Amino acid sequence: MKLDGKKVIALGERDGVPGPAIAECVRSAGAEPVFVETECFV
Amino acid sequence: MDPENQDRIKSLVDEHGADDLVVVLGAADLEALEVAAETVTLGDPAYVGPLAGVQLGLPVVHILEEDVRQQVDPSIYDEQVGLLEMTLDVDQIKRAAATFPGRDGA
Repeated sequence: MKLDGKKVIALGERDGVPGPAIAECVRSAGAEPVFVETECFV
Repeated sequence: MDPENQDRIKSLVDEHGADDLVVVLGAADLEALEVAAETVTLGDPAYVGPLAGVQLGLPVVHILEEDVRQQVDPSIYDEQVGLLEMTLDVDQIKRAAATFPGRDGA
């Protein structure tokens, strides 16, 4: 899946990779984060 | 998945269309991954949120998948994910990601 030019819904998890970390990563891949969230499933 | 998040995602699809959107997950919990992936593709499996019965069919990937990692600036990946990666069961997460709805490997 090519991320460049895509709009990304970044759904992170508190005990995994958080949303803002995903957003930083995909931004560097040329994607635009349009929704960033860190869920907690505990 | 939280009904509020389902509502936001539904609105984003209405606003941008499904073609340009990609969902990138970061969960380590396998059940959480399965539920999140199913919610944004086939609809809310719990039938409680705004995406109950709504098949968005969005592409879903996990931030730890090799294909995703290769597209990210290595220094940023290391900074944001590197330490976490050492504490998570990456192989197990990759195997779960390979079975996300819409994948050939499913």
